[in-house]
Amino acid sequence: MAVKIKTIEDLESIRASMRDKICLREGFADACVVVGMGTAGIDAGAREVLHALVDAVDKKGLCDRVTVMQSGAVTGEGAPIVEIRKKGADTVVKTNVTPADAEAIVAEAAE
Amino acid sequence: MYRAHVLICAGTGCTSSGSAQVREALKKELEAKGLTDEVKVVMTGCFGLCALGPIMIVYPEGSFYARVTADEIPEIVEEHLLKGRPVERLIYNDPVAGSTEPAKSLNDTAFYRSQRRVALRNCGVIDPENIDEYIARRGYEALYRCLCEKTPQEVIDTVLASGLRGRGGAGFPTGRKWQFATAPAPKKYVVCNADEGDPGAFMDRSVLEGDPHAVIEAMAIAGYAIGADEGYIYVRAEYPIAVKRLGIAIKQAREYGLLGKDIFGTGFNFDIQLRLGAGAFVCGEETALLTSIEGNRGEPRPRPPFPAVKGLFGKPTVINNVETYANVAQIILNGPEWFASMGTEKSKGTKVFALGGKINHTGLVEIPMGTPLRTIIEEIGGGIPNGKKFKAAQTGGPSGGCIPASLIDTPVDYDNLIAIGSMMGSGGLIVMDEDNCMVDIAKFFLEFTVSESCGKCAPCRIGTRRMLDILTRITEGKGEEGDIEKLIELGNEIKATALCGLGQTAPNPVLSTIRYFRDEYEAHIKEKRCPAGACKALAKITIDPEKCKGCSLCSTKCPVGAISGEVRKPFVIDQSKCIKCGVCLATCRFGAISKK
Repeated sequence: MAVKIKTIEDLESIRASMRDKICLREGFADACVVVGMGTAGIDAGAREVLHALVDAVDKKGLCDRVTVMQSGAVTGEGAPIVEIRKKGADTVVKTNVTPADAEAIVAEAAE
Repeated sequence: MYRAHVLICAGTGCTSSGSAQVREALKKELEAKGLTDEVKVVMTGCFGLCALGPIMIVYPEGSFYARVTADEIPEIVEEHLLKGRPVERLIYNDPVAGSTEPAKSLNDTAFYRSQRRVALRNCGVIDPENIDEYIARRGYEALYRCLCEKTPQEVIDTVLASGLRGRGGAGFPTGRKWQFATAPAPKKYVVCNADEGDPGAFMDRSVLEGDPHAVIEAMAIAGYAIGADEGYIYVRAEYPIAVKRLGIAIKQAREYGLLGKDIFGTGFNFDIQLRLGAGAFVCGEETALLTSIEGNRGEPRPRPPFPAVKGLFGKPTVINNVETYANVAQIILNGPEWFASMGTEKSKGTKVFALGGKINHTGLVEIPMGTPLRTIIEEIGGGIPNGKKFKAAQTGGPSGGCIPASLIDTPVDYDNLIAIGSMMGSGGLIVMDEDNCMVDIAKFFLEFTVSESCGKCAPCRIGTRRMLDILTRITEGKGEEGDIEKLIELGNEIKATALCGLGQTAPNPVLSTIRYFRDEYEAHIKEKRCPAGACKALAKITIDPEKCKGCSLCSTKCPVGAISGEVRKPFVIDQSKCIKCGVCLATCRFGAISKK
């Protein structure tokens, strides 16, 4: 904290670094990626998928555009299941998701 | 990056209902479940719905858990945070919206839907002890824009154009106040009046606890506008959480160079000190407050000269209230037109009200000026508990007056409230139902001002005491013909002659209740009756002759021999002897005796 703020760029860099820390509280982004977290989902590795999705959003700096959520209500065959819900579009359902798919899913949601 | 944020209110209201214990339990449980890297726990300022505290919000869903206890934390962590199933049983169910479903998020509730949060925009959103979170919400950008892109006069013109008026009570245009202080002088001051003293008002406390940097930034802007390099925040020692967070905020701002020397490399210097008040109501009056900062006994002095000309230590001083400052950065960032687009012709922007008394949603609300009182009470406030009828609302605390039920559709702004004999004051709004006696209410507020009068001027010291004597007499059933006229005459005299705002407004609660509820005063004086049944001394115990069997049991039990009659005929109570002990009430086997 010893660094002094002298310019608008200094302010903006703090703002940028804080962005992902508070954007969650400012309401949903236009796209949500929802991971099914029922017992079956967790058994099949949904938590790892969830972590990978969060990391992918972080890495690409997309927290304003994609919200990663979990739901106990997303169930069915082929866990782990991930739904991509976008405003004004049909929900896309992905089954048997692995952490390796995370970046592609986030990219699809952000499109 | 955290995938979920759990916000727990750490304002005074929720702290006293146990939010610290909930926070500890949550941290422990997250650790046990290995979720500390995924779920961030944030303590925030006030969400506003204090009656439902401790309040906890889980993002990204925005799930609103009310009256959370530490025992419920394991279930919430296991179900909601681990498995993604919000615990609907524990989520706030908005009774007003008429829905049986739990509110999906905060903004779905009737309480929040009609609000417009400007002064409270960060309260309940950011961690007030972390300056970075404030900066993330465009904090200190307004200060930058002023220092680097505007002349001091342009800053004042912006505030003038916005129509912002003082939120502390009188509603003086803020820009004009700043303009008065621009005359060249070697030393000037900026002061924040955080000596919130109205019984029932706590919006300033919530801003200081939930968003202290908003006040600090605005004071620096005011300093730039008038050419001051030193500021004081005068806050009461009874607000320990606010004092602590202000201290942290000032320290963090200094570390970033946002307070101190050469801010933003412009050569502008500004720093702020805290001064703690001991809680005298009169120190909320600006001249008394300045006198207190100077180290003297907090007593007011005549105006003019106004503080803008001769204020703290005799130097030109801008003194504004907390909520006023909380609007300033937003006006700079969003433009005066944006601010002026909210509210009514002469009252722009929003106003924070502290809802209290006979209302379901006790708490803080921020609404555009001009919102009808009915919306505030019935929709946002959730109506009156226990199906009782709305009788009146007191605005402006002990300096204000009441709004009767017949005027419930009044759009609330500065001028409308003055026109109906009340005032905005700092925004306390106390709701009364049919069980409240208006004479008793007037007496309550007057008792407060009598004990808080500093005693410097005779009208306030002696005059309010005489009014209280008369009111006490009336509520004890010893009112005399002519008392009402005497109250009105005394009240008007005190208003015209008292030295400061405390005395000048002290008679308001009495005068306004006489104006709208004169019949209640008359019932007390002429019939020795309290229509609301609130004044103990006037309660009357009577025997219903229809129900009385004449068994004489009550008359044998009466300790003062007030009941007499002939056996097998209805008995009567001699009211001049009755001491209202209630023994007869408990004795009667036929339900013939009642107290009213």
